[in-house]
Amino acid sequence: MTSAAASVASGLSSGFDESRRTAPHVTIRGLSKRYPDAVIYDAFDFDIPRGKLISVFGPNGCGKSTLINMIAGLVPADSGEVLFDGRPLSRVKFGYVFQNYREALFPWLPAFDNIAYPLKLMGVPKAERKLRVERLVAHLGVKIDLALYPYYLSGGQQQLVSIMRALIVEPEVLFLDEPFSALDYEMTLFMREQLQRVFMETKTTTVLVSHDLEEAVYLSDYVLLLSRHPARVVEFVPYDAPRPRTDKTMSESSFVATKAHCLKLFQHEVRRG
Amino acid sequence: MTGRQQIARALLPLVGVAMLLAVWTLVNGLKLVDPVLLPSPTETFRTLWEGMTSGKLGVDFVKTVARTISSTAIAAVIAIPLGILLGSSEKLYRSVEFLIDFFRSTPASAMFPLFLVLFGVGDRTKISVAAFGAGLVILFNVAYGVMNARKTRLLAAKVMGASRTRVLFDVMLLESLPQTFVGLRNGVSLALVIIVVAEMFIGSTDGLGQRVFEAQQLFDMPGMYAAIFAAGALGYALNLLFLLIERRFVHWAGR
Ligand SMILES: Nc1ncnc2c1ncn2[C@@H]1O[C@H](COP(=O)(O)OP(=O)(O)OP(=O)(O)O)[C@@H](O)[C@H]1O
Ligand SMILES: [Mg+2]
Repeated sequence: MTSAAASVASGLSSGFDESRRTAPHVTIRGLSKRYPDAVIYDAFDFDIPRGKLISVFGPNGCGKSTLINMIAGLVPADSGEVLFDGRPLSRVKFGYVFQNYREALFPWLPAFDNIAYPLKLMGVPKAERKLRVERLVAHLGVKIDLALYPYYLSGGQQQLVSIMRALIVEPEVLFLDEPFSALDYEMTLFMREQLQRVFMETKTTTVLVSHDLEEAVYLSDYVLLLSRHPARVVEFVPYDAPRPRTDKTMSESSFVATKAHCLKLFQHEVRRG
Repeated sequence: MTGRQQIARALLPLVGVAMLLAVWTLVNGLKLVDPVLLPSPTETFRTLWEGMTSGKLGVDFVKTVARTISSTAIAAVIAIPLGILLGSSEKLYRSVEFLIDFFRSTPASAMFPLFLVLFGVGDRTKISVAAFGAGLVILFNVAYGVMNARKTRLLAAKVMGASRTRVLFDVMLLESLPQTFVGLRNGVSLALVIIVVAEMFIGSTDGLGQRVFEAQQLFDMPGMYAAIFAAGALGYALNLLFLLIERRFVHWAGR
């Protein structure tokens, strides 16, 4: 568990440190981004809550990837600032999971070394790297032969390795950009459960870009609905069904209502364009 | 697949060889071609065997191998680091791209006179022309391999906090390895071609090229065919060798 997540958990249980409990984890202020043919963000403001899983949902090409890429420093913003508990990105440990796991993992390293690679970059000695990967594996209950090279693993297993590589540094924030969209349906369902499990175990602040509304609602505490670009927040929809959520959750009225509400807003957005 | 089917499949490549030998034997037996111009397969392979084991052919073979390998090695030592340097900056590569393409398109044989002036008649000329030709092929492939490194992989390394040098050594270099091996294989083939031609025409006293040429001059047809087969086997073996090294070191290529 990360220290940030731990403090949230203890804050919740004891009522201690009330201010931290409600303080947002990531603050986005005045973020602007334009490409030659479009303004994607124009003075965008948003707060990402701590220890929650939020899904970003919106029309195609509205700027979902651009948003998390700017927050994670993969794409430079034209202006504006993003702070993690008041600190800049350079002082924050975060994890990022790409949609295209095939091209994100290193095929020359066995899965185990892929997961340990961020630790190697941090200068963690070999013995400790091994220990920490083993601990993470045990913690998540992962059953994959990590001595294999990634290309011997199934798509879902590869993406799970990617997620573990992102988690190994005990990130404060975890970003995932459509992590399951390259997987078949069966694997997608399985991976949703894995992600939910990871989230319940670590309580890491998580931002998930999804193009699947059912998935977005099912997994998250909030759905961030974006408009067409220049993207605004259409609504930040809370969904607080208890975890672990199961297939049954999806037939409950609160789930159906939340999904219907999001869909209505989304369709309104799409037609508006 | 059953064991028998597997064996049958493994033997398939030998069918073509058997056919060639059959046609050759037939043509020779029926005297369709003057036997002086086309000796029998048995005679040719006996000459090849004797030449390789106890005659001068073996010495020539080793000479050509040594020249080809050293020119490829020189080419690789210069071209691989240079290719990585050029490939890591697209601007840099674009600025010299025309030069590389131009000299890559120039027949290396056209460079012989120049290199003769520079290095005289000897091994240095042969090896340096071959290294020049192979080097350009390797350079071009390495640079492209580095430039075409998967963007996601570079981003992944960057997002994990890898410095520019780390990205270069941990990602770009490995990403470019498959293409580097393509360059090495093409390079060694080209080096062999250049070396053999050089041995024929640039006052050489040994080597497979000289051997072929001399056998032809002396009208020693079995000797000539034997030398040609030796050169063919060498080219094939070098390619195979690099393929095997590649499989071993670039196990992920094409996966
Ligand atoms: N490098 C770029 N150059 C020019 N335009 C870009 C670039 N990257 C993204 N865009 C444009 O910016 C807009 C937002 O892109 P982004 O990838 O963030 O959208 P998205 O919401 O993630 O879309 P998708 O649903 O397809 O994943 C798109 O219209 C896209 O065409
Ligand atoms: Mg996207």
